[in-house]
Amino acid sequence: MDFDLTKEQQQLGDSIQRFVAREYAFEKRKGILRSEEGMSREVWAHLAEMGLLALQVPEEHGGMGGAPIETMLAMNGVGRGLLLEPYLASAVVATTLLRELGSPAQQGELFPAMAAGERIVVLAHDEPGARYDLTQVSTKATRAGDGYALSGQKSVVVHAPSADLLLVSARTGSGVSLFLVPWDAKGVSLAAYRTLDGRRAADVTLSEVRAGREALVGAEGAALDVIVSVNDVAIAAACAEAVGALEALLQTTVEYSKSRKQFGVPIGTFQALQHRMVEMLIHVEQAKSMSYLASLRSDEKDLQARARVMSAAKVIVGRACRNVGQEAVQIHGGMGMTEEFHASHYFRRLAALELSFGDTEHHLEKFALNSAEAT
Amino acid sequence: MDLSFTPEENAFRQAVRSFVQSRLPADIQKRTLEGRKQTHDDYKRWHRLLYEQGWGAPTWPKEYGGPGWGAVEQYIFEEESAAAGAPLLSPFGLKMVGPVIYTFGSDAQKERFLPRIRSAEHSWCQGYSEPGSGSDLASLKTRAERRGDGYVVNGQKTWITHAQYADYIFCLVRTDPKAKQQQGISFLLIDMKTPGITVRPIVTMDGGKEINEVFFEDVHVPVENRVGEENAGWTYAKFLLGHERTNIAGVAVSKRELRRLKHIASEERKNGKPLIEDPAFAARIAQVEIDLWALEITNLRVVSAEKEKRAPGPEVSLLKIKGTEIQQALTELMMLARGPSALGLLNDADAFRPAAAYCNLRKTSIYGGSNEIQKNIISRTILGL
Ligand SMILES: Cc1cc2nc3c(=O)[nH]c(=O)nc-3n(C[C@H](O)[C@H](O)[C@H](O)COP(=O)(O)OP(=O)(O)OC[C@H]3O[C@@H](n4cnc5c(N)ncnc54)[C@H](O)[C@@H]3O)c2cc1C
Repeated sequence: MDFDLTKEQQQLGDSIQRFVAREYAFEKRKGILRSEEGMSREVWAHLAEMGLLALQVPEEHGGMGGAPIETMLAMNGVGRGLLLEPYLASAVVATTLLRELGSPAQQGELFPAMAAGERIVVLAHDEPGARYDLTQVSTKATRAGDGYALSGQKSVVVHAPSADLLLVSARTGSGVSLFLVPWDAKGVSLAAYRTLDGRRAADVTLSEVRAGREALVGAEGAALDVIVSVNDVAIAAACAEAVGALEALLQTTVEYSKSRKQFGVPIGTFQALQHRMVEMLIHVEQAKSMSYLASLRSDEKDLQARARVMSAAKVIVGRACRNVGQEAVQIHGGMGMTEEFHASHYFRRLAALELSFGDTEHHLEKFALNSAEAT
Repeated sequence: MDLSFTPEENAFRQAVRSFVQSRLPADIQKRTLEGRKQTHDDYKRWHRLLYEQGWGAPTWPKEYGGPGWGAVEQYIFEEESAAAGAPLLSPFGLKMVGPVIYTFGSDAQKERFLPRIRSAEHSWCQGYSEPGSGSDLASLKTRAERRGDGYVVNGQKTWITHAQYADYIFCLVRTDPKAKQQQGISFLLIDMKTPGITVRPIVTMDGGKEINEVFFEDVHVPVENRVGEENAGWTYAKFLLGHERTNIAGVAVSKRELRRLKHIASEERKNGKPLIEDPAFAARIAQVEIDLWALEITNLRVVSAEKEKRAPGPEVSLLKIKGTEIQQALTELMMLARGPSALGLLNDADAFRPAAAYCNLRKTSIYGGSNEIQKNIISRTILGL
């Protein structure tokens, strides 16, 4: 048993934290949040320079081929800095899908550009009404000429407005297939909006979108298992992001309680608040433990065992997100309610993370059913 | 002991119900029932319609133009109004400054302000909190110096709800900086159009603009706008804080929101069935419903104690704590019920946005005396700790 990081990992973690502290100060982030695109291409390029966009890229394409611990460290920094860039969506989820399924030609074309921050790819899988059931896909890809025609609807595709390419899942006969679709392909329309946590997202409508055979990612009908499996990688990454945000929010709250005075004393001297902050700390530590476990097991081959880990982690982290977020706002008083102050931004990101990749209820139930089968 | 309403009370309920049903404008009703934001104009329109019926100030005694309803009737009125989708009336004039004026104000103040509050001609806001004085309100610093026949006010108030719509603000100001904290405070009624007042919006995390900073720079306030005696403002403020009785728990609105939660949960589907049939989710709804039921009875106990002229005391704090916890739980469940689509905060500005409501309702455990402060009150006064 060993919870220590290697020297290289330590250095990577430190450099990410330094980058976030230096280049992603809250005031600067406000400008990015308000900007037209809602993300910074400059920061994205910087992440590429640091090699962080290549953690999931296979080694033969100059990347790290998965690197669960490094990904966890990167996600911690993304969480602490509340990065608005599509790290999780493009550098983790889409890159992993392409690593698992992409043809040599697709990989050869996309990986260098993605690792360099020149292309953003986003998975468009969830559909209206599917809730957290990854198997519900109604979008259809029918044979048309030499390729396919895609029609259907995808909902809340986060970062879609910044994506160069969408990875669209669609039914082909009895299976589900993945297609690379340029954002400006004929028949693709995006209804863009902001999410709870200030990100740009879109509901995507596809009507008779033509995709050539070269757009098919992986074998026809073989994508669903991989999408489900990559969802586990996404959960591990989301948990690590949450831990970064949770730690920052706890720290911020404790600092605030030491500086904010009422009744002539810092509010942090009130035992009623002290115990609440202790509860927050316990949530954060429990979340951190499960985030480690999730990251370490994200390449576990026994899929049922892995699913159990991911559900357990998501339950612990989800509850931490809700509790720590709510308590932090409360302890900040009126200040916690404002757009101006960072506490509410953490609160909202944590709420959004709880709702992503299956909420707490969903994973509690999944864990219970999975356990029943396992015995 | 009898938990049922009397025949008179039931007849009263019928009368309120048919009035609300026939007069509540359909567009306002639709907005409330769908959980969308009301505009300031909605509140005003509904208030005027009530005024025409003689119900412009439902909680006031007859003497001041109210209907003279007792606590139970007020309770029934609020329940029927909320259930039908009527907007809540703005509390600042009707439930806060109005009672202060008719209890402690001069005849001139009563004549000038009360009829205009009742008729919705004047909107009010509450100027208590300051950047350095929230929970510890008595430490407030906004200064009012006596000069000739008036005061000159300098300072800053913050978190002021609906200051942007208000014609008047009632303020706690420091008139004697040497006296002990609570003893140097006065209660002023200030015209928002007075030169030297600046209102600056504070954007809340749901994107809303309901609260404001209000700055006072050499603002002249005539001395006849002071309520009661100089330096006795804290007494009036305490009276006001303890005045709003029947509605603090928000039971009526929560009952309506519970219905809406059930509606949402019946629209959403999980594993091919309506979410409301999912045992885990149904149990969570049931838990809130049961909590709310208990709170309703607790609330009625407090209300009927008032009917018998036993003044409700610190148990009001209990209603506030439990009431706000339930309001927050309801918005949380509505957000969770919508699932991943709840993430879209602004995808349809005109539709109900459960994530925005979830964010916004965090305020309820902070304002009106935070829930921690309410617990301090209970432990001091009820438990004697
Ligand atoms: C949406 C909104 C609308 C508002 N509208 C108005 C309005 O119209 N008019 C107006 O005057 N004010 C208004 N307020 C202000 C509100 O009354 C204050 O926010 C509230 O009194 C808390 O003060 P504070 O924000 O300064 O927090 P603080 O007093 O700094 O409190 C911070 C935290 O410390 C806790 N705390 C403080 N003292 C103690 C203690 N002794 N023991 C244990 N815990 C303690 C608090 O509970 C809170 O959790 C509004 C606030 C909000 C959020």
